[in-house]
Amino acid sequence: MANGQRTYRSGFLRELNKNFPLFLMALPGVVLLIAFSYLPLFGLIIAFKDVHYDLGILKSPWVGLKNFEFLFKTPDAFIITRNTLLYNFAFIVFGNLAAIATAISLSEMRARFMAKFYQSVMFLPYFLSWVVVAYMAFAFLSIDLGILNTMILPKLGLQPIAWYFETKPWPVILILANLWKYTGYNAVIYLAAITGIDPEYYEAALIDGASKWQQIRHITIPLLSPLVVVLVLLGIGRIFYADFGLFYQLPMNSGALFDVTNVIDTYVYRTLMGMNDIGMASAASFYQSIMGFILVLTSNLIVRRLDPEKALF
Amino acid sequence: MQSKSRFLQISTVSEAILHIFFGIVTLACLVPLWAVISISLSDDNKIRQSGYRLWPVKWSVKSYEFVLAQGAAIVHAYALTIFVTVVGTILCVLVVSLYAYVLFRKDFKYRKFFTFFGFFTMLINAGLVPWYIVCVNVLRLKDTIYALILPYVMNMWYVLIFRTYLSMSLPDSIIESAKIDGAGEFTTFFRIVVPLVKPGLATIALFAAITYWNDWWLPFMLVESEKLYNLQYLMYRVQQKIQYLAEIAAKISVVSNSPFKDLPAESARMAMAVLGMGPIVLAYPFFQRYFVKGLTIGAIKG
Repeated sequence: MANGQRTYRSGFLRELNKNFPLFLMALPGVVLLIAFSYLPLFGLIIAFKDVHYDLGILKSPWVGLKNFEFLFKTPDAFIITRNTLLYNFAFIVFGNLAAIATAISLSEMRARFMAKFYQSVMFLPYFLSWVVVAYMAFAFLSIDLGILNTMILPKLGLQPIAWYFETKPWPVILILANLWKYTGYNAVIYLAAITGIDPEYYEAALIDGASKWQQIRHITIPLLSPLVVVLVLLGIGRIFYADFGLFYQLPMNSGALFDVTNVIDTYVYRTLMGMNDIGMASAASFYQSIMGFILVLTSNLIVRRLDPEKALF
Repeated sequence: MQSKSRFLQISTVSEAILHIFFGIVTLACLVPLWAVISISLSDDNKIRQSGYRLWPVKWSVKSYEFVLAQGAAIVHAYALTIFVTVVGTILCVLVVSLYAYVLFRKDFKYRKFFTFFGFFTMLINAGLVPWYIVCVNVLRLKDTIYALILPYVMNMWYVLIFRTYLSMSLPDSIIESAKIDGAGEFTTFFRIVVPLVKPGLATIALFAAITYWNDWWLPFMLVESEKLYNLQYLMYRVQQKIQYLAEIAAKISVVSNSPFKDLPAESARMAMAVLGMGPIVLAYPFFQRYFVKGLTIGAIKG
């Protein structure tokens, strides 16, 4: 064995010997990370293989980019990409606007007790699973029994709507559901930042005769903006990943709605489990991973430029 | 939150408008919950005539009687969910806090390596297909109880939150003095560190408990046997196919030979939802503030 290598190894071994308990403490985490994160990374090669279950993945023949060709020839490829990106974009924009407006309003409210109450109630949906939320939505949207069709629409003189077959309302429903579930949660993050603003800024503004609205515009919002930028960029980093529960549970997997509810995640699931088309599913999965990785790196780079403290790495 | 008395306050009109607005938002958050409860307490025949209502029509608890009487499967799913939540939460807190502690130890030479090793997994996600194949073919988790626990035990995001918490609340000198006193690493961790960071541990525990309690994804992907249906997944199956409730009832019940006849399908469906969210909604007021604390820590870095 070469000399250099030996000193390196003995360096590691000495460290292992010295700090053995610390290595042991990290061990369970390391094992789980390997099992659920690192091993699947090797599985990315599946996208370039024609998987025959009888041969196993490693022995299955390579097919180059065939799986990707098939995927991008389908109309699905465009639909799922469009849906994933547009919905996530809408969630980022509306989600942050709603959360910021909520946080500022709650922080300015004079009735502190009520502000706390509103905050607590708005946080509640975050704790409910998408399965439960789907039940709630069904109570309103069910075609023959739903509250909207039997109580509200008739009173407005409107015809009942076949909610689980009609694509048009779903972009609105999905965006509202997302806002409903996450605004309370996101508002807490912004509230924490607002609470951290030095009161002296407001005192100085008050002496200068700034109105409340001016204070919000010139103090609160500018001081929140670094956090906004970070949260938006982190959202963009995850823009290729959709909230599976929202897109699968809420529309009840209704095939009539796929055009407006199918996202990369649900598509991958359906092609893998429903159609058993592992080639196409793994190509879509790979496409998502790589785009996701590129976007995480890019958005982190931008965060680091803007505010090195907030960068993930 | 600080008192705003020193500052210019918003006008009474603005305040009133905000109260009206948040009143509506609050209703929007609570009415769906209320709707589900009220339907679950309604008479099923009445529902079929008039549709769902926001107020119990012809009050009846038959749906609960039905669900609970037929409910060996439901009781089983409840027990399974509680078991998985308890075991999963304990494991998660243990693994996450130990890993975070290693990353926190500035005197540990391989701290940077372990940080990157975990952090890298947050950057690139292999996606569903490889994850599924590894779970099924390599780890052989399919249709085992481990499938419902292990995938959520290690969470790098929690590790980072907890590491931040450690560095904010634990002076390095405490570790040093414990070392000088001759305490081993594990003794230091369990006897000295753990008692000092209980609120941080509680936060992680709550995040983990919610994840396990609300999980339907793992059985959705990895479970076939009805024995391993947790509560949310059972609810999903019932919602997807209301007859499923009758099917499980038929399998279990020896008394009724025509389960469909008595099935209060609509109200029973919603009774399932109430039973599924019950514990969360009831415990919510207690753990909400811990969540807020945890989120606030997360917001400082991250």
